[in-house]
Amino acid sequence: MRYLPLTEEDRAAMLATIGAKSVDDFYADVPESARLSGTIDGLPDHQGELAVERHMARLAAKNTTASDGPFFVGAGAYKHHVPASVDMIIQRSEFLTTYTPYQPEIAQGTLQTLFEFQTQVAAMTAMDVANASMYDGSTACAEAAVMACRATRRKKVVLSGGLHPHYAAATRLLCEAQGIEVIELAPAIDGELELAQHVDDATACVIGQSPNVFGTVTDLSPVADAAHAQKALLVSVFTEAVSLGMVTPPGEMGADIAVGEGQSIGNPLTFGGPYVGLFACTQKLVRQMPGRLCGETVDAEGKRGFVLTLSTREQHIRRDKATSNICTNSGLCALAFTAHMTLLGGTGLSQLAELNHEAACDLADALEAIPGVELLTPRFFNEFAFETNVDAEAVLAMLDERGVLGGVRVSRLLPDGGMGNVIIAAATECTTQDDIAAYAAALKEVI
Amino acid sequence: MGMQTIGRPTAPANAEMTDMTTVSGSRGLQQREDLIFEFGGVDKTGVDLPKPQGRKSRLGGVLRKQATGLPGLSEPEAVRHYMRLSQKNYAIDLGFFPLGSCTMKHNPRLNEKAARMAGFADVHPLQPQRTVQGALEVIDELATWLKTLTGMPAVAMSPKAGAHGELCGMLAIRQALIARGEGEARKRVLVPASAHGTNPATAIQCGFIVDEIKADARGRVDMVDLKSKLATTDDIAGIMLTNPNTCGLFETDIKEIADLIHAAGGYFYCDGANFNAIVGRVRPGDLGVDAMHINLHKTFSTPHGGGGPGSGPTVLSDALAEFAPVPFVIKDEDGFHLVEDVEGQGSEAFGRMVAFHGQMGMFVRALTYMLSHGTDGLKQVAEDAVLNANYVQARLKDVMTPAFDGYCMHEALFSDAFTADGIETIDIAKALIDEGYHPMTMYFPLVVHGAMLIEPTETESKQELDRFCDALADIAARASRGDEALKGAPYLAPMKRLDETRAARKPILKWTEPAPEAIAAE
Repeated sequence: MRYLPLTEEDRAAMLATIGAKSVDDFYADVPESARLSGTIDGLPDHQGELAVERHMARLAAKNTTASDGPFFVGAGAYKHHVPASVDMIIQRSEFLTTYTPYQPEIAQGTLQTLFEFQTQVAAMTAMDVANASMYDGSTACAEAAVMACRATRRKKVVLSGGLHPHYAAATRLLCEAQGIEVIELAPAIDGELELAQHVDDATACVIGQSPNVFGTVTDLSPVADAAHAQKALLVSVFTEAVSLGMVTPPGEMGADIAVGEGQSIGNPLTFGGPYVGLFACTQKLVRQMPGRLCGETVDAEGKRGFVLTLSTREQHIRRDKATSNICTNSGLCALAFTAHMTLLGGTGLSQLAELNHEAACDLADALEAIPGVELLTPRFFNEFAFETNVDAEAVLAMLDERGVLGGVRVSRLLPDGGMGNVIIAAATECTTQDDIAAYAAALKEVI
Repeated sequence: MGMQTIGRPTAPANAEMTDMTTVSGSRGLQQREDLIFEFGGVDKTGVDLPKPQGRKSRLGGVLRKQATGLPGLSEPEAVRHYMRLSQKNYAIDLGFFPLGSCTMKHNPRLNEKAARMAGFADVHPLQPQRTVQGALEVIDELATWLKTLTGMPAVAMSPKAGAHGELCGMLAIRQALIARGEGEARKRVLVPASAHGTNPATAIQCGFIVDEIKADARGRVDMVDLKSKLATTDDIAGIMLTNPNTCGLFETDIKEIADLIHAAGGYFYCDGANFNAIVGRVRPGDLGVDAMHINLHKTFSTPHGGGGPGSGPTVLSDALAEFAPVPFVIKDEDGFHLVEDVEGQGSEAFGRMVAFHGQMGMFVRALTYMLSHGTDGLKQVAEDAVLNANYVQARLKDVMTPAFDGYCMHEALFSDAFTADGIETIDIAKALIDEGYHPMTMYFPLVVHGAMLIEPTETESKQELDRFCDALADIAARASRGDEALKGAPYLAPMKRLDETRAARKPILKWTEPAPEAIAAE
């Protein structure tokens, strides 16, 4: 067994040192009826590396990848290029095979990268402080809602009609479990500003998204003003982190909490996870934050170093009074994010954002030129919604037959949204002019 | 001029300067490394992107006003930055990492290779289901392993980490109570004092109240306390119990506990963080468990990554299965289907916990690991993990103070009773760093004074355990005689002890440009 170093001689010698007859002695506390005599039935025995690799490769081969053909699927996860050096860095054993940095003297590598990550996320979102990551954007959104309730001592949150439906579902679930009222505005492609009409003196926060799930970008400043007038908070959500290189960021719109998905920077699609939740807020709210925070300090010789800090918010210290139950977060995905951001720099991020936007503009031009296609998203970054006269599921299936993965049908995310013919299509720096031409040609055939 | 020495062997001269300082701030292989903000450049980049065409924007003026100002680095600088930082980290691949309750076992590289196959890594969660049959099959195959190993009928795959799995299990319990019409009547969750902090925090997140049960002198649930709680309350929602528990012991009365909780109308949530001790040997389903999360990043070897990502699939009993969250995978003659919405399907799913379908990258790694070990190997995993822990306990029991009598499961727990006045658990932990080891878990569980929790896992050799025990025995002897030098440890790490109080008092959570006068003063 290649992962087990003990030999039979070792085991015998160790049992002798312990004074036990066999390992069965250690399991004497297990109730008689729950002791198994042999191995568990119904599962295969151990296999060599070659056999396992073949098995996994066979399963992998059954999937169509985002690089197999023209690809326009987005709506919360995006196909971007990840530099080779990023994947090399995260496979470095000292990062890959270490734990949460509880012993800072021997974890400065992880801690310094977290400090750099927090600084980058704060700058990108234009917020005061960021934490060391959440599981993903959707859970970050849910945690932001309950944090807003804690901070304001109110129990009502309002979700925009453009919030990603999965984010809305995760938020609704956590809020309802805690007795928090959740008001969800009707799905709307360009309705983020409606939040301003739904805030009163009982509202803890309003949650808006830009770019929203339909791709619409919105300056949420009027919503922030309306919320602040009632002493409520604005939670500003994004699912496409690359947009921060170009689109008005949460901090410039007066957001109190900014949350989003960081997958686009440094992390592959991997069928939905693991991803990295970004979480930032104003200085005033920092002690209400969930999750790990890395802070600067000095060691006994006065040398600068970093530690996990403000842990009195956290479950391992505060137990039932913690701000959240989160323990493990998304450390390695945060490392991928920060390494990619370090390669990009601010200038590179802006350029990447422009390339994404231009690809989406080219795609919009090509699709809008097709009779029967109506573009629904008025202002967009790198994805938009469009409608045809044909059911979107059928359209996507016919596009798939032609080798084009054409996007996400709104009916998959919002079965009752009344948008059965609407497709959300995304373009990124990976999208070529040939891809766009192939999409347009195929779409023309099927509608 | 001296003799030409190129290529000739050299021998060291006498060297006494052990505490020398250097101009560079580096010390040999330990390179000094500043923050990227201190040496990167706003116009520097490590990526070569094509030039934008400069076409008209369709953002409608919703533009960023102020640039991020973030610096970039060229690729060689970036790679060197992270390599240098990596060398300031301890990791399993470098040495023994006996962090109790964290199961720091070897992370096989085949897992990484499989997770990076394009068919897994380069697949979007919202592609048409026809194009992701292999991904759905991975989820289904892993689910089969998890259900079979635990003897449980159902599993929710989407939870993102252990604590998220706890949330899943407790929300399923909440939903079951609501379905019984007792959602408001039953709010009390019993949690042993020895529990992980995530347990009470999770119960609160689900709107329950936490009622703590005592530990007895054997380190198990105090049955007298439990029974009196059950006799005097009528609002029990359930119990959250770790088994093997955080003292590294199997809960002897676990079946009786399960029966008592069920008789009181509650459900049994088992924290599966310590499943490594029993995997392949004991099925939680045979113990009366209703819900249990499984940390794929502990028992099933997916890497901890410096604090995640984890993955926390949660197995459910028949009583809770129908409340499992969306999405889930089903199979019929047409293949695999991902059920993302249960309107009109007769399911009682409590909702959706997360965007998309869970930690696919971790699923691939865990399945790769399970296939490698097989059912026979996993049984051996548990047995070797428990053997290693008992060996460490046996080797150290005379120089340290075992917290409880008898054999342990997968981790050995000691109290600080053996230390002289003034020497604390943290001093022993930091002294281990000088010996080249990651410290054990300190001050947890809370029910043991100055707790030291050592979990060796099955992937350590006897030689490694012997070296560790020799080192720790020596430190323990120094602690017993009150060796004050321990208070200054570590001496040989990249950093001396860090001032955590200062960090918390006035938190500095990001880099900011130093004021000009501060630069001038340097």
